[in-house]
Amino acid sequence: MAQRGIREYDAKKILAKHIVKFSGGTFTYHGKVALVTPEKSIEAISDEKPWLKRDKLTVKPDQLFGKRGKHGLILVGTTYNDAKRWIERRMNSTVEVGKASGKLTHFLVQPYVELDKEYYLAFTGHQEGDYIHFSPVGGVDIEANWDKVTTVNVPIDAETEIEDVDLSPILDGVSNEERTAFRDLITALFRFYRELHFGFLEFNPFTFKDGEFLPVDTVARLDDTAQFLCHEDWMDVEFPVPFGRELRHEEQYISELDDKSGASLKLTILNPRGRIWTMVAGGGASVIYADTVVDLGFGDELANYGEYSGNPSTDETYEYARTLLDLMTREKVEGGKVFIIGGGIANFTDVAKTFDGIINALDDYAEKLKEHGIKIYVRRGGPNYEAGLEKIRNAGERLGLDMEVHGPDLHMTKVVKIALKNLNGGDR
Amino acid sequence: MAIRPDYVLFDRDTTAIIFGNQEAAVQRMLDFDYLSGKEKPSVAAVVNPSGGRRGFTKVFFGWHEILIPMYNSLGTAVEKHPEADVVINFASFRSAYNVSVEALNYPTIKTVVIIAEGIPERQTRELIALRKKLGKWIIGPATVGGFVPGAFKIGNAGGALSNLLMSKLYRPGSVGFVSKSGGMMNEMANMISLNSDGMYEGVAIGGDKYPGSTLVEHLLRYEANPNIKMMVMLGEVGGKDEYEIADAIREGRIKKPVVAWVTGTCAKVFPSEVQFGHAGAMARGEAETADAKNAALKSAGAYVPSSYDDLGELIRRVYEDLKAGGVIEEKEEVEPQEIPAGYNPQTMRKTTNIISTISDDRGEELLYAGIPISRVIKEGYGVGDVISLLWFKKRLPKYVTEFLELALKITADHGPCVSAAHNTIVTAKAGKDLTAAVASGVLTIGPRFGGAIDDAAKYFKGALERGLTPGQFVGEMKARNINIPGIGHRVKSVQNPDMRVKLLEEWAFTNLPKHELLDFALEVEQITTAKRNNLILNVDGCVGILFVDILRSTGIYTEEEIDEIINIGTLNGMFVLGRTIGMIGHYLDQKRLHSRLYRHPWDDVLYLLPSEREALRYRKAE
Repeated sequence: MAQRGIREYDAKKILAKHIVKFSGGTFTYHGKVALVTPEKSIEAISDEKPWLKRDKLTVKPDQLFGKRGKHGLILVGTTYNDAKRWIERRMNSTVEVGKASGKLTHFLVQPYVELDKEYYLAFTGHQEGDYIHFSPVGGVDIEANWDKVTTVNVPIDAETEIEDVDLSPILDGVSNEERTAFRDLITALFRFYRELHFGFLEFNPFTFKDGEFLPVDTVARLDDTAQFLCHEDWMDVEFPVPFGRELRHEEQYISELDDKSGASLKLTILNPRGRIWTMVAGGGASVIYADTVVDLGFGDELANYGEYSGNPSTDETYEYARTLLDLMTREKVEGGKVFIIGGGIANFTDVAKTFDGIINALDDYAEKLKEHGIKIYVRRGGPNYEAGLEKIRNAGERLGLDMEVHGPDLHMTKVVKIALKNLNGGDR
Repeated sequence: MAIRPDYVLFDRDTTAIIFGNQEAAVQRMLDFDYLSGKEKPSVAAVVNPSGGRRGFTKVFFGWHEILIPMYNSLGTAVEKHPEADVVINFASFRSAYNVSVEALNYPTIKTVVIIAEGIPERQTRELIALRKKLGKWIIGPATVGGFVPGAFKIGNAGGALSNLLMSKLYRPGSVGFVSKSGGMMNEMANMISLNSDGMYEGVAIGGDKYPGSTLVEHLLRYEANPNIKMMVMLGEVGGKDEYEIADAIREGRIKKPVVAWVTGTCAKVFPSEVQFGHAGAMARGEAETADAKNAALKSAGAYVPSSYDDLGELIRRVYEDLKAGGVIEEKEEVEPQEIPAGYNPQTMRKTTNIISTISDDRGEELLYAGIPISRVIKEGYGVGDVISLLWFKKRLPKYVTEFLELALKITADHGPCVSAAHNTIVTAKAGKDLTAAVASGVLTIGPRFGGAIDDAAKYFKGALERGLTPGQFVGEMKARNINIPGIGHRVKSVQNPDMRVKLLEEWAFTNLPKHELLDFALEVEQITTAKRNNLILNVDGCVGILFVDILRSTGIYTEEEIDEIINIGTLNGMFVLGRTIGMIGHYLDQKRLHSRLYRHPWDDVLYLLPSEREALRYRKAE
């Protein structure tokens, strides 16, 4: 669905597989990387990767966050045994990184690289092309040294070959003898970045020796919509959730449902104890509903963000609604909760058909909804909305639910105001 | 083609090619056209690449069904409909890129709308570079499109009929609207119609990180369009597009009032980064947050409400101000083309089961392909002309109808001994009526008797198209163990030529400037008759081959269409029709002669039965 970060481990594995091809045999990269997880200890890996016991090692968490040195989360130039102990002590421990707090579960182990020079190289995309950022002064202080980073643009046109782009402006800080090698390396890595649909790729620092590329730290994002083009080249790459945002079981379930469907189904649980639950149709409308809850001062009570759109089937809508109803009926809260079934005026999503799915879920959870004092507010328009609203209104009456149903004559977000007014403590 | 100013992408004359078999979307476009009082539908053609189904798709235009041409390639659709300058691309994310590149490269196409969500960013960026190079427009990807009320509507945008009426999308207002979200189009159309005289145009650029055209590009179009008096923009957290709008306002490139709101203000209270429903909706850095963008727009001079809730009110205020200042004049309310109360397309439109495109008996006069029978008679149309009308739906040139008549004359009969005549005679002698006797004769026409016309045309045409020499063709057919259709005769030979074939050839040499397939067939005949002297080009073959040469010579048909004419059996129809004259003759002949029941003589049958013992060999004694 967009650019997503991948583990350094996967980025390096993919690089090792392709660098020879993209450099026409000029460069190699040994690809010695190991990923230690709660399921796979360094010991278990050491059989297939004997260098772990032989080489001097570097160890660090591999969970899509940076500045690991500054958080004391990197061990450099160590031995197998020390690395093992270091990981064991940190595995499953909770750490704070910036705003996020999360469990350490994945560690990257690689051979220690002696650096006499630290270079910086990154590729980023923008609408008209891709930038190559290069600096002969890389490393942890890259931000302090940002004035030494030079940039060249490669236009996006399919005809522009990277070989035709003059890289000399960014190679000013490089000695004359090394220029050709740098040009070849950057060219090869750029093609790798472009052909494999990376959204972002950074090597900081790196060096190279006798045709051997030696990346120390690598950060990468892939455009996951290119999966259908690249799944072989990417091998079994994983898209982990950002650090501190482990997917809950239910989010995982909806994400899998989304992958299988032609429609769009998204769910993020913000606060499982929140008293305001939403099921909103449409990528645009769902944001506006969340905005409105926040604007009215109830951000701390908003339980979830999510959307369903693109005309999902009755069954898909049922599964989505059921998941939400299950989540909101787990814990009783003083003053009850509200469930807002919202949406704009649909273009082509069949309101009656999707509402059938919601009604089936309400059937399953009617008793629990009453037990938890959950009030339901509906606002929707679009194809067949009259039939859809009629059906859900009837279902509400039949099941004895506390429900209010509105059509497009009510301002889209007015229903949020009405719902929050009826939430105990509803004036903020 | 109408010349449109640069700032107009769609007007009442715009027609589009729909890529993808999207019957519901096409129907919604036509509903919109009808409500808007348009005389012609806005869909020129549908491309159905997968099923390979060609022909037509049936849709309602108001109360009546009409046919919209359907092709299996975009190239054909573009070629056949040069007036269509919009492609609405419903291809999936897998093929949307290729289809869009192809569409952009056709000179007649000015705008490509890409519906698919999930196109790789690099592919979209390449499409944007291409469209800029070619000076064209892309709307999308990941959008429902947009509409120009009263003029043109893209696919599903605007929703169902009830919404088109509710938001008065059948007539133009004064407000230009642009948003990222396609799902918010209708909601905003409704809000704008409640608070002003309605939209003049609305476009959703789609929720991707790299939209094919940006918010500001559309606002600049609206700025240039004198019919648009104010604009409404609905932006979104993520990306920096909204700053371009702020710049354009500050620099005076946008002077008309802009009411703007950037959604996603909630993101600030979320515990960690949330990827919203749209791919582009995620703030990377403070500048991409909704709050920062709203503030920038406000300081540049846009009208920015304090929340989405107040957006409608602010639109009303700006609109009323413009009206008070005389910028917007009161327009006379236009009513939608009338539709009866309680109109429901699902239940009230009855889909017909049978389509007729060749004749119509309902009016005052019978019509053959639109031509009244009186004209057929008074203007002395021949049988060939009538065949031309009823079989080809057009009056073909004189030499073609002459050939049709020639073929009928030549195939009308071939004596009492051939299958069809023989069956007719036997049946007539059994005392059956004309219909039965002729039917039994007609039923013998097929692959071995009279049915070689289609096949001859097909095989010879195929060989010529593939660039085979006559020798290669003969060799290939031998290798495949197929007798060449249209070659060979039981009785006639080089020394004893078939006069009918000679007559046909002569006609061709005199009347056709070019007869490639006949020339090719005659070369083939040279080779085959060298092997055996009765392997001559026969009458079936000659009719079939000349038919192809003639269809080509008219310049009316593409090769694909000629193939279809052959494949649906048109050429065999010539033989069936011609020979029916003879069969009726034989039937009448027998009746006049009072001929009696036919019994085949014993001595003309070779009896070769197994012996009793042989027949019982596999059965045990009981």
